[in-house]
Amino acid sequence: MKLFHFASPQTFYPLAGRLAPVFAVLAAVLCIAGLYIGFLLAPTDAQQGEVYRIIFIHVPAAWMSMFIYLVMAFWSIVGLSLGTRLSFYMCRALAPTGAIFCFIALWTGALWGRPTWGAYWVWDARLTSQLLLQFLYFGYIALTQAIEDPRRADRAGAIIALVGAVNVPVIYFSVQWWNTLHQGASVSLTKAPSMASIMLSGMLVMAIAAWCYTLAVTLKRVRSIILERERHTDWAAAEIAGAQR
Amino acid sequence: MMWQSVSEFLSMGGRGFYVWGSYGVTFLLIALELWLLARRRRSSLTRLRQLQQLDRS
Amino acid sequence: MNLFIAVLRRDLLLAWRGRSDLLVALAFFIIVASLFPFGVGAEPNQLRAIGPGVLWVAALLASLLALPRLFAQDHESGVLEQLLLSPEPAVIWVTAKIAAHWLATGLPLVIVAPLLAMMYRLEPGAVSVLCGGLLLGTPILSLIGAIGAALTLGLRGGGSLLALLVLPLFVPVLVFGAGAVDAWAGGMGVSAHLSLLGGGLLGALALAPWACVAALRLAAE
Repeated sequence: MKLFHFASPQTFYPLAGRLAPVFAVLAAVLCIAGLYIGFLLAPTDAQQGEVYRIIFIHVPAAWMSMFIYLVMAFWSIVGLSLGTRLSFYMCRALAPTGAIFCFIALWTGALWGRPTWGAYWVWDARLTSQLLLQFLYFGYIALTQAIEDPRRADRAGAIIALVGAVNVPVIYFSVQWWNTLHQGASVSLTKAPSMASIMLSGMLVMAIAAWCYTLAVTLKRVRSIILERERHTDWAAAEIAGAQR
Repeated sequence: MMWQSVSEFLSMGGRGFYVWGSYGVTFLLIALELWLLARRRRSSLTRLRQLQQLDRS
Repeated sequence: MNLFIAVLRRDLLLAWRGRSDLLVALAFFIIVASLFPFGVGAEPNQLRAIGPGVLWVAALLASLLALPRLFAQDHESGVLEQLLLSPEPAVIWVTAKIAAHWLATGLPLVIVAPLLAMMYRLEPGAVSVLCGGLLLGTPILSLIGAIGAALTLGLRGGGSLLALLVLPLFVPVLVFGAGAVDAWAGGMGVSAHLSLLGGGLLGALALAPWACVAALRLAAE
């Protein structure tokens, strides 16, 4: 039952406060390590030259944007079935970071596509699905912002996050189908250069760095959300009065 | 170390614009997120304290 | 079953009484479809190439236009709360409302589509594939759109928020619907596309009403 001990906002708040800096430091260290691998150890690619080094941000950002959405869907299920407020708070805290990673994936994907495949936007299956994921993120954020009643906003957001999550495989499948029909022989961004293992390690290190960063930022954000939503409780009132930063 | 000089590193085989455009925007967005997060924390606490004052009076 | 029929008949009657609203959605479909040749030129081969996609997008947008009224009237009059309080399983009457909504707003699109297809010089075979796809796809749009309508019920700016929520979810329907016509034009079989649409319809029928009910309970509180 230790797990459920932290399901209460009151106990989770200090835990998040202690964990966030740890993950922040981990993220910074791993990021430096990853960039070191990516820029100083990984060799020049035979086909793409130096420009392939964008993958050390593009791929981790794309992975995180999808992973965060799945985690949001998970917290939505927990919140809707168990009614725990903290689950909804976590869901809300994750969304902005997921949206930013999604945008980074799109931006870096476009900048990778231009020198490699000739166009900033190639309507490739991955990028197009990424674009639709960006809309799903915007939809969640817009819906939760538009509803004034916090309880309704939490739950409505959870429903749309779940509906979106269920549809993501469908969307991805349909975009792949559409892509093979219309693009024909043109290349796909998913056909990355055959990876030397050093490139793969660089990507993995950056991916873990991104995950630590997400945890740090989300834990900090959820602390603000907890204080705002729980302000009528005694412990939160004390916290607000005493908090320095 | 594969890079012969700093300028070679910066040019990235002539594709410096794309590589640094990617990394640059990424770090800008991360910095933006962190700044917005800190700002949210500050304004949230300020507003919450104001509400506390109102509740007391 | 009685509840289903009763709600279906009531909603169809209400739709008929407010038919000017529905005709606006239909007119929107026709106008949007008519706009494209002004933008891209009337060259027959080009129109034939873009026709299926344009008509599908126009159908999507017209469906979107008609969605807010699915629950809005009953929400304002308080009937929605009454329905939610009744002992009958809510999924039944929600499905009935969505069915009535499709009959009143989606089916007309399917019926009018052949006329618009004529503007795009589509061949008879292409037209039947288009209409078959629309027949399977527009109910899916109503079902998924209903979830969005329920979530945004009573919100200011609900219409554009509804569009943002629901259009990404519409994309697979668009891909397979328009893709079916392209497949037919290319001499390939359409059964894969239409089966996927059929499967999507069954899936939406099974899942969407539950999500709708959950969203409606939230809105009514």
